[in-house]
Amino acid sequence: MAKKKTEQVRDKALVLNGDFATSMVLLAPYVILFTLFIAVPVCIAVGLSFTYFDAINTPDFVGLDNYISLFTQDNIFMKYILPNTLKYAIIVGPGGCILSFILAWMVTQLPRIPRTVLSLAIYTPSMVGPLMVQFVWRTIFAGEQRGIVNAFLLQHGWIDQPIAFLMDARYLPTIMIIVSLWSAMGIGFLSMIAGILNVNTELYEAAYVDGIKNRFQEVIYITIPSMKPQMLFGAVMAIVNAFNIGWIGPTLSGMNPTPNYSGQLILNHIEDYAFSRFEMGYAAAVSVVLLIMVWLFSKLAGALFTEKN
Amino acid sequence: MKRRKRSQLKVNPSGFEPGQIKFYLILIPIAIFMIVPVIFMINQAFKPLGELYAFPPTLFVKEPTLDNFEKLMALSGSTGVPMLRYLVNSVFITLVTVVINILVTVSCAFTLSKKRKYYITRVFFELNQLALMFVTVAVAVPRYLIIVKLGMINTWGAHIFPLIATPVGLFLMKQFIDEIPDALIDAAYVDGAGNFTVIRKIIIPMTKPAIATVAILTFQTAWGATEASNNFITLDVMRTIYYYLNSLATNNAVAAAGMVAAGSLILFIPNLIMFIASQSKVMSTMSHSGIK
Repeated sequence: MAKKKTEQVRDKALVLNGDFATSMVLLAPYVILFTLFIAVPVCIAVGLSFTYFDAINTPDFVGLDNYISLFTQDNIFMKYILPNTLKYAIIVGPGGCILSFILAWMVTQLPRIPRTVLSLAIYTPSMVGPLMVQFVWRTIFAGEQRGIVNAFLLQHGWIDQPIAFLMDARYLPTIMIIVSLWSAMGIGFLSMIAGILNVNTELYEAAYVDGIKNRFQEVIYITIPSMKPQMLFGAVMAIVNAFNIGWIGPTLSGMNPTPNYSGQLILNHIEDYAFSRFEMGYAAAVSVVLLIMVWLFSKLAGALFTEKN
Repeated sequence: MKRRKRSQLKVNPSGFEPGQIKFYLILIPIAIFMIVPVIFMINQAFKPLGELYAFPPTLFVKEPTLDNFEKLMALSGSTGVPMLRYLVNSVFITLVTVVINILVTVSCAFTLSKKRKYYITRVFFELNQLALMFVTVAVAVPRYLIIVKLGMINTWGAHIFPLIATPVGLFLMKQFIDEIPDALIDAAYVDGAGNFTVIRKIIIPMTKPAIATVAILTFQTAWGATEASNNFITLDVMRTIYYYLNSLATNNAVAAAGMVAAGSLILFIPNLIMFIASQSKVMSTMSHSGIK
């Protein structure tokens, strides 16, 4: 009798749970907006990348021309944009991810209150917003004696003349990397803290019995393998953040293009072709290259962190 | 011996131990590096003109004043739109975006997590996972074309709708709802509850941490968004404060230094307060954030 009741409950629940039409209605608002503003734009970008399109006349199909000229004739792209972007993305993406893991791990070795305070301090720059990011760093590295870094160096007599950090191709890329790492610890960092705190402590005990000897081995053999899913999420977030903040070069230096193209990344190249030259087809091809780069970097993170069943 | 091994377990310790000193020695300087630019910015906002341009520059303000805020509020855009209007626009757009975003995300995440899985819903979740890697700037042009086609140029919808579907938000919410026992929801259905009641009475109360997290992330995105004001809106009166301050900072960086600092601070404070108020909720959401 009792069994029959449970079966009834399950059947009724199953019917209510499995109604296809209701499911679609509940999904619809998100799916429609996702399609309109994420899926379709990506498809349009791919489509436009095979055309010549000046934003006014109908797009002309040109096949692979855009991609061919991007990789064979666009000197600026091959000589500056691509190497800059790769260097920047490797340091800020995977590098930022490793850095946030190390910071997250150290933070979790502390009691709750100092942990909260320190992680808040590390996360705060992720909340200040792009406007404050550019403004504060422009003030810090300003190329005059009132710039914070210059004032410091001048006062100690280490330099005689203020250095125009942001307008100098030697310094700008490094400054961009510092700024990006500063401002993009983000939710990947929080996710990693949560992941480390979630690792079952019995695993550590068992591992010490099994003969691991130090904290480093503990991290390599227990912590990281136990939190691979969080590591992957954190890594993807770090990579996406890195590409999202990558427009900052011209804003920091106040010059576009940046001196010697040193701060020019792929996002600036897209902007340049789309909004200054109105070569939308070409800009779309660059966008597709960008999306593929983000995807490849994330795949790389996936290969490192996904569980192999 | 066994006892000593146990004391080696130092993750999430309950108190201070000498072994922690090395972590403090590394973390405190890093935390200072992270926080000093923010403190500097906050101080800039309260500096009178003389201190802003003083040499040597100072970190802390000596004679704090509200001048910068007053000047900023008295300012109006090139077309005579007062500052306050931009602020009101931003508040309105952000609040509406956050509310719609939460409702849409919860409803979708609930269906993906607790309803019968169809092939198409599985494929959609995979797609959403792929879209975690989505970089908005890459599709600025196609998005513009879509807004034009939909006739949404110069509408509030152009501000709001592109920010509703957030892959990260849906992902976190779905992972969190996965943890709610199915039996609880089945029991509610049997007792005669409809989908709407289940969402309202079970899902929303039980996913408060995830809702808080998604709300914060959406708030940050919407509050700092410039895409719509730059590309989809041509009427100054419908633009956001972020857009306005951004143009002020770009066109007038030196003269407007104090005002931009004050503006940045106004934009930053809501983010900070929301995060501090719900940081434990955010952390509990993040513990379900793994990608399987």
